[in-house]
Amino acid sequence: MIRFTRVRKEYPRTGTALNDVTFSIAKGEFVFLTGPSGAGKSSILKLIYMDELPTHGEVWVSGTRSTGVKRKEISLLRRKLGVVFQDFRLLEDRSIEANVAFALDVIGTPADKIRTKVSRLLTQVGLASKATNLPRELSGGEQQRVAIARALANDPFVLVADEPTGNLDDRATRGVFQLLREINTAGTAVIMATHNLDLVKRHDFRVLEVNRGQIVFDSADEKGRVPEITP
Amino acid sequence: MKLALREAMIGFRRAPMLSALSITTIAFSLFAFGLFSLVALNLREALRQVESRVEIRAFLADDASVESIADAMKVIGDYAEVARVEYVTQEQALERARTELKEFSDVFEAGFLPASVDVRLREGFRSPEQVADVAQRIRTFAFVDDVRFGAEWIQKLYTIRNVATAAGIILGLVFAGVAIIIISATIRMAVMARAREISIMRLVGATDGFIRQPFLIEGFVKGIMGGVLALGLTWFASLVISKYFVQTTFFETRFTLLGLLGGAVIGVLGSALSVGRQIRKVT
Repeated sequence: MIRFTRVRKEYPRTGTALNDVTFSIAKGEFVFLTGPSGAGKSSILKLIYMDELPTHGEVWVSGTRSTGVKRKEISLLRRKLGVVFQDFRLLEDRSIEANVAFALDVIGTPADKIRTKVSRLLTQVGLASKATNLPRELSGGEQQRVAIARALANDPFVLVADEPTGNLDDRATRGVFQLLREINTAGTAVIMATHNLDLVKRHDFRVLEVNRGQIVFDSADEKGRVPEITP
Repeated sequence: MKLALREAMIGFRRAPMLSALSITTIAFSLFAFGLFSLVALNLREALRQVESRVEIRAFLADDASVESIADAMKVIGDYAEVARVEYVTQEQALERARTELKEFSDVFEAGFLPASVDVRLREGFRSPEQVADVAQRIRTFAFVDDVRFGAEWIQKLYTIRNVATAAGIILGLVFAGVAIIIISATIRMAVMARAREISIMRLVGATDGFIRQPFLIEGFVKGIMGGVLALGLTWFASLVISKYFVQTTFFETRFTLLGLLGGAVIGVLGSALSVGRQIRKVT
C-alpha cells in the first residue's frame, strides 16, 4: 500500500534529510514513527502525502508513483488519505462543523451529502454537541479531534499523523490516541510520528525508528527484540 | 462554484484595503481611458459637423446652357455619394460673397463671379478619396470650368481624427497594462492573506484549478466594481466640462457596457497571470 524504495531526500538549504530509506506499510497497519527531532520523520510523512518528492529512489502510495507524478494526481491521491498535524491547522473564523465540511466541499461533494457526513464524523469524534463552536472555544484535545474528523471526511485508507499529541496534556493525549486506535480498528491504516515513548512502549504496534535520515529500527524485522528507542 | 464564490467574498472581507486598492487602480486606469475616449468622441462629433459642410463646387462656363446644366444636375444627383445638388446663379454667388466678406462688398460687381453647381455628399462618403473621385467625375462635363473641393483641408481633418483615435487606443492599452500589473502584484498579498485556506484545500485534495477559482472571481468582481467607479467618475467629469467649458456628448450605453467588460477583463487577466505562480508558493 505504501512502499519506499531506496529513497533519498535532499533539501537545497539543509542538505540530506533522508538517505537510502526502504520500507513498506501494509493495509490497515498501525505504525509508530519515532526518532529525535530532525531525524527525518516529517520528511517521511511529507513523502507519503507527496508534499515532497524524493530526490532519488521512489515512493509508491496506493497506486500513485512519485516518479513523474503530476500535480493533479497528487490532488487525487490526497483525497484518499487523511493528514493531521501537531498544530491542528483549523480555520479559526469558521465553526468546527464548517471546518469539517470544507474538506468535502472543496472536492465537490453535494451539499446534502456533506450535511449528513459532517454530523456523522462529529459524532464519531465525540463533538456533535459543539458543532457550531469556533475552534478557539475548544480545548486542544477537542481541536485535534476536529482535525481528525476533517482528515476522515473522505474515508481515507490511511491517516498520516505528524505529532498529533505533541501539544496535548496526558488526558487529551490518551483520548486522541484512543480515537486513532478506533479508527485503525475500523480498517484505516494509521502512521503516527511521535516523541511520546510511553505511548509507544505501552502498545504493541509496529515501530519504525528514524535517526539521521535512516531507518535504524523496524520492529517488523526484529520481532521479539526489545526496541532501543532513542529519546 | 458556490464555495468558490463564498471564498471570494471572504477574500474581500479579510483584506478590505487591498481590495479597495485593486478596485481604485482599475477605476483610475479606466477613468483615464474614459476621459481620453470622451475627448476623442467629442472631437469626432465636432469633426462630423465640420465634415457635413464639405462641399464640391463646380464653376460653370459662362456659355453653359440651362438645359445642359439641368441634365447634368440630374446625373450628379443620381450619384450614390451625393446628398444634394444646388445651382448657384451669378447673382446668388455675388450675394453670398457680399455677406461672407462684408468689408469687400463694394469690390464685387455683377458678373464678377461665375455661376456654380454646389454638391454636398452623404455621410460616409466624405473621405478625401471619395470627394476627389466625385470631383473628378464632375470635371468631365464639358461646361464645367473648374472644380474646387478643399482637398488638403479634408485630408487634415481626417488625420486629426485618426490621430485622436489611435492615441485613445494606445493610451487605453497602456493604462490597462498598468492596471493588470498592479492587480498581479496585489494577488500575491491576497494569496498570503488566505494561505491557511489554500494549504488546507491542497491537503484535502483540491486541485490547483479549484484553488484558483475564488481569486479569479474576486478579480472579476473587482474589475466590474472598478468599471462602475470609473464610469461614475467619467460621467461626473463630463458633467463638469459641460457645465463650465463646452457642451459634451456622453458615451452610448453600448460603450459604457464595453467599459465594464473592460474592467472585468483587466481584473480577471491580472489575477490569472499571477495566481497560479503564487498559490504554488503556499505549502
